[in-house]
Amino acid sequence: MMSDPIVTGGHIHLPEGTHLEPVAQEPLEPGEITTRRFFLAAAGAAGLCYAAALAYPVYRYLASPEEMAMEATAVTEVTLKDAQKLPAGSVLMFKFGAAPALLIHHEDGRWISMTAVCTHLGCTVQYEPQADRIHCACHGGVYNAYTGANVSGPPPRPLTLFKVAVNQAGVEVSRA
Amino acid sequence: MTTKTQTNSLYNWTDERLGLSELAAFARHKTVPVHAQSFWYYWGGISLFLFLVQCFTGVLLLVYYRPGAEAYESVRQITFVMHFGWLIRSAHAWSANLMIFSILVHMFSVYFMKAYRKPREFGWLSGMALLGLASVFGFSGYLLPMDELSYFATKVGLQIPAVIPFVGPAIANMLRGGPDVSEFTVQRFFALHVVVLPAIFLPLLGFHLWLVQRHGNAVPPSEEAKPPQERKSIPFMPNFLRKDLAMWLISLNILALLASVFPWSLGRQFDALAPAPAGIHPEWYFMSPFEMLKLLGSVLPGEAGEIAGILLFTLGIVLWILIPFYDIRKESGQRARAAHYFGLLAVFALLATTVIGYWTIR
Repeated sequence: MMSDPIVTGGHIHLPEGTHLEPVAQEPLEPGEITTRRFFLAAAGAAGLCYAAALAYPVYRYLASPEEMAMEATAVTEVTLKDAQKLPAGSVLMFKFGAAPALLIHHEDGRWISMTAVCTHLGCTVQYEPQADRIHCACHGGVYNAYTGANVSGPPPRPLTLFKVAVNQAGVEVSRA
Repeated sequence: MTTKTQTNSLYNWTDERLGLSELAAFARHKTVPVHAQSFWYYWGGISLFLFLVQCFTGVLLLVYYRPGAEAYESVRQITFVMHFGWLIRSAHAWSANLMIFSILVHMFSVYFMKAYRKPREFGWLSGMALLGLASVFGFSGYLLPMDELSYFATKVGLQIPAVIPFVGPAIANMLRGGPDVSEFTVQRFFALHVVVLPAIFLPLLGFHLWLVQRHGNAVPPSEEAKPPQERKSIPFMPNFLRKDLAMWLISLNILALLASVFPWSLGRQFDALAPAPAGIHPEWYFMSPFEMLKLLGSVLPGEAGEIAGILLFTLGIVLWILIPFYDIRKESGQRARAAHYFGLLAVFALLATTVIGYWTIR
């Protein structure tokens, strides 16, 4: 079945008046058809195995940083050493897992912590002490600096609040 | 409209604009000669396949590699932190070596089949240029991990252009980016390896492949001597293509086996103050020229020996490159025989110096 047709020389000279009849192909036996089908199926399966054996390592390789970030987001608690010394009316930016977060020490002494990722399109927001609000410079979203509620602009959802515990050594921030 | 007529009209639309049917007709009529030496026809295709592997794995390494001062750390990360990073790096290194090997086999088979003769001189010249570029690819890529071995290999390798009279030291400093191998060297080797070399290599490879389509496979003189009726050939589509792809599959299997069973190692980070590690030696494909220079240096000691060595070596390469313009007659005559013996001498010299090289480092 797989033998190659051999072409000999460049031209074939036939005696004049010769008619070439196409050779009638013998119909395949039912057994041959099954063998051929089986062969094609086996070749297809082997091809799929190869594709998977190539694609899997490549996918895992490219996805490595994503998996590392996933491990980082599994973090439930962050201890910020010496953060209790943060003066009132100021903010500390820190990483909670893989994403940026805010720790605000308000003028009235309250400690508030929340994620710093805008719920609109993911920009990092900033605390504005003079207006006592949280503002996103990308599209003008505004959040409440105590509750994280979305006050105006495009943000669809509030910022997620964290639990804050202040002690002598630092500030512990954990998932609420 | 049925699906079939839709497909047909889409084909016709594209064909009218791109001339697909001409290509299809060309492919249908292309044949490949069959004879006792047909096996050697696969090695150009194998080299091409391994080059494609280099492009693919190279782009994957590029995703995490950082040249400059962080080079070693980023390769360490690829090898030990990223999933399957060791495998991709190992495949890139193994495939580089296999590619150089198959290009050499391809070159010698072309040489001994005398496939460089008219009208294939440009095929030979472009092929030699591609081999030269492939070895620069190898040399520049070897430095990129910045481990002990790559540091000293590059240090030694760049001493060779440094002995060229007058301009040598300037050339070496220019390549190194300073008087010593440093993060500047790795940064410029990186630019060379991933931008400059591919930009030259790819069009040249396109030219080389176009010439193969234009002139077809050369047949060795023993076949050429036969009358046309006695020469055999098979259609390229699908018969030869099928065999070619089978060779690619075999190459892929061998590569996968080597890359996973013998993962490429990463040495310690280079340290400019540390002594060279024991048993350090060039890559196998640089062993022969390195050893030739060493042998000539021991015959003619001192700077004169080094210069004479480089001159003699350059002369040999120039003669090798110019062979299509020396061995021009189709009938086997004195020149054809001389070219044949020159080829045998080259193979013998390559093998002997490689063996001596490995023997003396033990």
